[in-house]
Amino acid sequence: MIEKALIGDKKYYGWVAFLLAVIGVGFIFYLRQLNYGLGMTGLSRDVSWGFYIAQFTFLVGVAASAVMVVLPYYLHNYKAFGKLTILGEFLAIGSVIMCMLFIFVDLGQPFRGANIVLHPTPHSLMFWDMIALGGYLLLNVLISRITLDAERKGIAPPKWIKPFIIISIPWAISIHTVTAFLYSGLAARSFWMTAVLAPRFLASAFASGPAILIIMVMLIRKFTRFDPGKEPIQKLAVIATYAMCVNIFLVLMEVFTVFYSDIPEHLHHFQFLFVGLEGNTTLVPWMWTSVVLAIFAIILLVNPKTRRNESILAVASVAVFVSIWIDKGLGMVVAGFQPSPLGKVTQYWPTWTEFFISMGVYGIGAFLVTIFYKMTLSLRGETGKKEKIEEVAKEANTIAG
Amino acid sequence: MGLDRRKFLTIAGITAATTIGKKVIGDTTDVEPATGLPQETPLVGHRWAMVIDTRKCREKSGCTKCIDACHAAHNVPQFDNPKDEVKWIWKEHYKEAFPQQEHEHIKEGLLEMPAIVMCNHCDNPPCVKVCPTQSTWKRNDGIVMMDMHRCIGCRYCVAACPYGSRSFNWRDPRPFIDKTNPEYPTRTRGVVEKCNFCAERLAQGLPPACVEACEEKALVFGDLEDPESEVRALLRENYAIRRKPSLGTNPEIYYIV
Amino acid sequence: MHDAGKIIGGLIIFLALITSPIWYNLASGKADYTPELKYVTDETQCVMPTEYMKTRHMDLLNDWRNAVVRDGIRIHTSHEGRKFNMSLTNTCMDCHSNKADFCDQCHDYSAVGQPNCWDCHIVPGEVQ
Repeated sequence: MIEKALIGDKKYYGWVAFLLAVIGVGFIFYLRQLNYGLGMTGLSRDVSWGFYIAQFTFLVGVAASAVMVVLPYYLHNYKAFGKLTILGEFLAIGSVIMCMLFIFVDLGQPFRGANIVLHPTPHSLMFWDMIALGGYLLLNVLISRITLDAERKGIAPPKWIKPFIIISIPWAISIHTVTAFLYSGLAARSFWMTAVLAPRFLASAFASGPAILIIMVMLIRKFTRFDPGKEPIQKLAVIATYAMCVNIFLVLMEVFTVFYSDIPEHLHHFQFLFVGLEGNTTLVPWMWTSVVLAIFAIILLVNPKTRRNESILAVASVAVFVSIWIDKGLGMVVAGFQPSPLGKVTQYWPTWTEFFISMGVYGIGAFLVTIFYKMTLSLRGETGKKEKIEEVAKEANTIAG
Repeated sequence: MGLDRRKFLTIAGITAATTIGKKVIGDTTDVEPATGLPQETPLVGHRWAMVIDTRKCREKSGCTKCIDACHAAHNVPQFDNPKDEVKWIWKEHYKEAFPQQEHEHIKEGLLEMPAIVMCNHCDNPPCVKVCPTQSTWKRNDGIVMMDMHRCIGCRYCVAACPYGSRSFNWRDPRPFIDKTNPEYPTRTRGVVEKCNFCAERLAQGLPPACVEACEEKALVFGDLEDPESEVRALLRENYAIRRKPSLGTNPEIYYIV
Repeated sequence: MHDAGKIIGGLIIFLALITSPIWYNLASGKADYTPELKYVTDETQCVMPTEYMKTRHMDLLNDWRNAVVRDGIRIHTSHEGRKFNMSLTNTCMDCHSNKADFCDQCHDYSAVGQPNCWDCHIVPGEVQ
């Protein structure tokens, strides 16, 4: 089926070539980082996790969000999502691979990575994160392969795949819970050590995931014959709305607990993010942008009139995605380290190395999602607007010849 | 000839250790010996700890002998960029070492008092809990050890340590080592390192480098499970505090303030 | 067969490239070279018998690494009953202090990786 991804129109080739270039540049920067060490990043003794791990955290959420499409369809027979489940699963595969790559580029000794498997350590959350992410990847690869294969043959998927699909639902919840546990079990970092971290992760994942799915469906609809109709998009929007409301509610819960109890150790992290601490205000404009975008998005999403307008919905989805990306992908990780255990604030900002390597990893994810989606759409005969007939004819010839 | 001399010295050393040593070090028979060079006898303990008398340290302000001794013995690099800093032992002020234990009208001079800080070799170490490869673990004698061979450089332990005791090698440390000690390895980029209570010196019957280097004898090292040890005596007679005790890590570095 | 010329031509080029290490070494005379190990110590026996060391010195080093770092056991008793400190730099390199004429002779020749032990463990003579 992959061979379907090798044929496309000029725009498709151009997009793939662009992604390969981005990946190539990222790879070159990674070789430099391997040679010199992680000192090529903006990380330091006090801020020892940064952009890479933050992207990992954000993308685990995106990977988990596939469940928001799978659950209604398979557990509640919500037929409108029929065309979207496979896209959600492919997005999950791309996201999980990106997660693993972000961990890999963040390791000081990446070629020793097998040690996590050779010396299993059940008391470490990182061990369970590896199991959860690895298992989720395998599940999604299996499920997407079997269901797409069945679709290609024009038959229903075999019955034995159903238990795997059902398992993937709690498994999706577990990957983001385990990732939250990585942070929320650390007594040393009072910003992260909150019971509400895992629920917050899940809520923001279930808002940002559907948001990106909405944007992608709209984009694909623009460039191909793919059109799932208005209903799935609207349903995704409703899911994102509820999830965003829960997310904002949980943030306000945190704000109350921290500011009312007035404990300096907890306050300092929020001060760093929203007003600056010891003169360091690097993230302050970003965090307020995130807040404004979140409020803006929720106003547009809660109001049915604006939500049903697809152009406005697109804007709101982008706002949701960017707002949550700033929160998880910039703010959350760094704020845990500021101030340090000894009360110091150390400036952190990603370097160009971090930026290009990260773009390379995002490029790999986008590349995978592109070829998977192309494969699916070609299979369904929904690629291209005019070329469809020529393509079908060409395929008929190759099968015959 | 050489064989006989070595054998003789080994037997003599063990005899000496078990007779004299029992009174000084305590009952060693049921502990796995941390054997060092064949000629020397190791320091053996059940629960190694350190008591730091900050009053003695304060008297010699500007002194960095313990830090210099440790960093020289272990080839710890001196980076010019503070971002890349690697340190096993260093000085903080009371204010930073013991946050939340200060107030407006605190005893004069206490806030600026130097507190020597290093890995606390906690009884309940969070770094050990989170390491995914067991590259750091707690030995039977209480030392939280580091295996630089296995470390994958994920820095989870750095995030988990409430005291900031751990350093990561952000780049190759070798060009930044002043004078290499040929008897101890360096590290390479991508691994985490920290104070190891001089496990290699204990195996040779020597106290930790910082303890030996302090002229004021402000750093006292010993076995908490031995009621006759100097550390136990100091703790019995003086009020000592530990860093961030509310976190439940049970640190084994005690500070007499 | 369609495009027979191109396929056979391509196969020939491929075979030439993939066997290049062999005929290059033959042509340049490098194939005649054999490693010569030099000893600079008066000791006649290593920590284990010579045959064992030739084939399994890496296993020994791994065992030593785990014993010293993880188990706290530092004394190795040789087949002759002699006791040695388990240390790469302080024991092995004490006798074999000529790394370039000993270790590197075989390791460079067979390209069995320059082991990354030396990233951390000090080679005597290469200390500042």
